[in-house]
Amino acid sequence: MSIVLGLFNYWVVIALMMIGFYLVIATSNLIKKIIGLNIFQTSVFILYISIGKVKGGAAPILEEGTELYANPLPHVLILTAIVVGVATTALGLALIVRIKEAYGSINENEIREKGGTT
Amino acid sequence: MMETILSNLPALQVLLPLLTAPLCFMIRKQGVTWLFAFLATLGSFAIAIDLYREVMTNGPLSYHMGGWEPPWGIEYRLDELNTFIVLLVSAMATMTLVFARKSIEKEIAPQSFALFYTAFLLCFAGLLGITITGDAFNLFVFLEISSLSTYILISFGKDNRALTASFQYLIMGTIGATMLLIGIGFLYMMTGTLNMADLASRLPEVMDTNTVRAAFAFIIVGLSIKLALFPLHIWLPNAYGYAPSTVTIFLAATSTKVAIYALIRFIFTIFGVEFSFGGMPLTAIFLFLSILAVFSGSLSAIYQTNIKHVLAYSSIAQIGYMMIGIALLSTLGLGAGILHMFNHAIMKGCMFMALGCVYFRYGSARIEDFKGLGKTMPLTMAAFVVGGLGLIGMPLTAGFISKWYLVLAALEHGYAGIVIVITILVGSLLAVAYIWRIVEAAYFQEPENEPQGEAPMALLIPTWILALATIYFGLDTRLSVEGATRAAESLIGGGL
Repeated sequence: MSIVLGLFNYWVVIALMMIGFYLVIATSNLIKKIIGLNIFQTSVFILYISIGKVKGGAAPILEEGTELYANPLPHVLILTAIVVGVATTALGLALIVRIKEAYGSINENEIREKGGTT
Repeated sequence: MMETILSNLPALQVLLPLLTAPLCFMIRKQGVTWLFAFLATLGSFAIAIDLYREVMTNGPLSYHMGGWEPPWGIEYRLDELNTFIVLLVSAMATMTLVFARKSIEKEIAPQSFALFYTAFLLCFAGLLGITITGDAFNLFVFLEISSLSTYILISFGKDNRALTASFQYLIMGTIGATMLLIGIGFLYMMTGTLNMADLASRLPEVMDTNTVRAAFAFIIVGLSIKLALFPLHIWLPNAYGYAPSTVTIFLAATSTKVAIYALIRFIFTIFGVEFSFGGMPLTAIFLFLSILAVFSGSLSAIYQTNIKHVLAYSSIAQIGYMMIGIALLSTLGLGAGILHMFNHAIMKGCMFMALGCVYFRYGSARIEDFKGLGKTMPLTMAAFVVGGLGLIGMPLTAGFISKWYLVLAALEHGYAGIVIVITILVGSLLAVAYIWRIVEAAYFQEPENEPQGEAPMALLIPTWILALATIYFGLDTRLSVEGATRAAESLIGGGL
């Protein structure tokens, strides 16, 4: 039982990662590819945040009477990674807008028919 | 004042381009932004020379960002390997910017000039950061800074296909970088540290776990995407092929090299030789893929009609040579790999610049455009031929030196070595084939297009500096061979 419930976060991570990865590979819609990429990245965020959890640990704020703290470092790291993810999404969407202007489509197959290189 | 600057040189190395980037974005005046970008790059280059000398005479240097002691704070660690790469990257960035001023006039809309230089500087700062940092997570952040700006730079291409090429690279690049992030996360999970030296000292205790093996696999695959190791290279030909000439020069000369540096750093310094090559079948995998890269890259190059694609596929083959050097796992082999990074950057830079000259005159770089160029653009074509000879590995050029050391290193390995030597020879013959096609068109065929005359001096000078460097580093190998050998020794002899 503990292998399922005890590692629940990590199972979620794996599931999300595979869903995101599958979406990136399988779909021909560029927007959906970006969504897939987002899910893929989010799974890694959850992985990092799960690492930081210390059983019974309080929030990492210095306080009298609290001895055990959760590790705040993975959270900080993932804040940076979230920023990176947002930037990637924004850039990807901006590119899609221009691809749509150039080819009149956001479908990979149609773009390829019109000479694109996806 | 002066002392403060001197003691903070490692930080300034990265900060100079990083802070000039937003300045360029705000100024937006065409001539001024170029000057700012150029000065920042030149300054960075000067710092790189100084740091290289410093490290070569006094040994590795450690800089603590903001005065925080490692392993808590971020450490910039300069040793024989990364100062050598920093020197290479900043030298090539300076040359590229000299070339850029004239070249982008024909390839990018004037209102985007400031944006172009901003993205260029960000990319440059990212690449320097990857090389100089001693912190695994910091490496990821810099990797993303350089990658995101690379996607922007590629999308500046005039051809609509630049957009799709950039998008394709964005998807693959992000997957690669996220895999690196997963790997670093696993390492942190097992050791509780992100500092590279600290990771190296703590990893042996937990080495025999699946988490560390998974981390290793994720990091290797992630970085292999970024460095375009066969078969993870499909983003590269289109990205190089449709990006503006200046961007292609810069990417070909620096970005894959820096990714290879990061791979070397993880394999040799963090995981250590024993784990990477003893516990994991890395030699076999790398050798197999690199040999395939040499063959498939060279063969594909022969059948391309766009010369930018020819050189892009040739880059995939050349990355194969570098990876063979790394996989050989000897000081000589690793040294040859690092040396080839250096020499290839110069040769490919020279050839892509010559292509940029042709592009400047004809607006495209197809094989037909090269017909008769030997007469109409003699200086450009001569530089192209010099670079091409280097790529083939003719004696008296830089390419010969690195292939020679690679062959010497391969011969230490018995039967496997003979296969590698054959690969190098056949790869060189195939290089003759794809270079010859272009040379034949240029010198033995009549022009089809209206002749446009020689490229302007502003483009020819940087092209010829690199062409002469190709010859120079084939004759006087003191700087390149010593730098590469000492870098390799510092890695195999225990690392950081």
